[in-house]
Amino acid sequence: MTGDLIATYATALCLLIGAGFVSVGVIGLMKFNDPMTRLHAPTKVGTVGIGMLLLASMIHSFNSGETSLHELLIMSFLFVTAPISAHFIAKVNIHRRSCETPPPPETDATWSTLASPDPDMSADAPR
Amino acid sequence: MARAVRWLLPHPLLTLLLAIVWVLLQNEVTSGMVVFGIILGILIPFITAVWWPDTPQGFRFGKMISYSLIVLWDILVANVQVAWIVLTKPNARLKPAWIVIPLELREPEAITILAGTITLTPGTVSADLSDEGHSLLVHVLHTDDPGAVRDEIKTRYERRLLGIFT
Repeated sequence: MTGDLIATYATALCLLIGAGFVSVGVIGLMKFNDPMTRLHAPTKVGTVGIGMLLLASMIHSFNSGETSLHELLIMSFLFVTAPISAHFIAKVNIHRRSCETPPPPETDATWSTLASPDPDMSADAPR
Repeated sequence: MARAVRWLLPHPLLTLLLAIVWVLLQNEVTSGMVVFGIILGILIPFITAVWWPDTPQGFRFGKMISYSLIVLWDILVANVQVAWIVLTKPNARLKPAWIVIPLELREPEAITILAGTITLTPGTVSADLSDEGHSLLVHVLHTDDPGAVRDEIKTRYERRLLGIFT
């Protein structure tokens, strides 16, 4: 019976921590005033927030005897896809000049988002 | 013999990953599901091998595991730091910055992992790659010393990734 009690408390604790991090992400999204800084709060704090909510779901499923490991899959898919969406939002911000223009790279000509098609190439292209 | 194995299993790690994902999707570990997962894990890389022309050679799996653990720990620590910044720093005193990281990594897979790591660790977002792929543009939420952040990313993550992809 003690194990049952510990699992219940662990579930509640994970839910609380997860909800706390998610709400911090929402506060950050509303508080910041620049598109790039605004991108930071929800994409990052969200990973741990949702991770804790999924951990709570997993502990609860183990406790109630219906073992579920889908949460591990959800977490790994989330960790793989979250950087890609953040990357694309950042690229859109740079492309629309809605943030400070970044400094030029040290080794190459320009950033790939700001690079315009080579005029020589387009002249050679078949019409 | 080695060539036959290479022909049948072009990506042994992908095979393993697909089998594990299949078993997890079924949510029950039975011998039938494991066998079916292994069949899928052999079939899918075999059919799609044409679209994977340059697979990185020499991938150190053991080092990748320790790298993942370091990244997970960093995500936890940095999450608390970012939450603190969000809750206590007023907008006027926030110092966001662009950071240019010259890359020593050359394999696309390694650069992808580095960019994903930078985005997942809170406080930094990898925003763009230079047109030749030799520099990475990173946006930092709040920093007093942009050079220190660049050096930390280079020593903490890039050097380890150089060891993983040899």
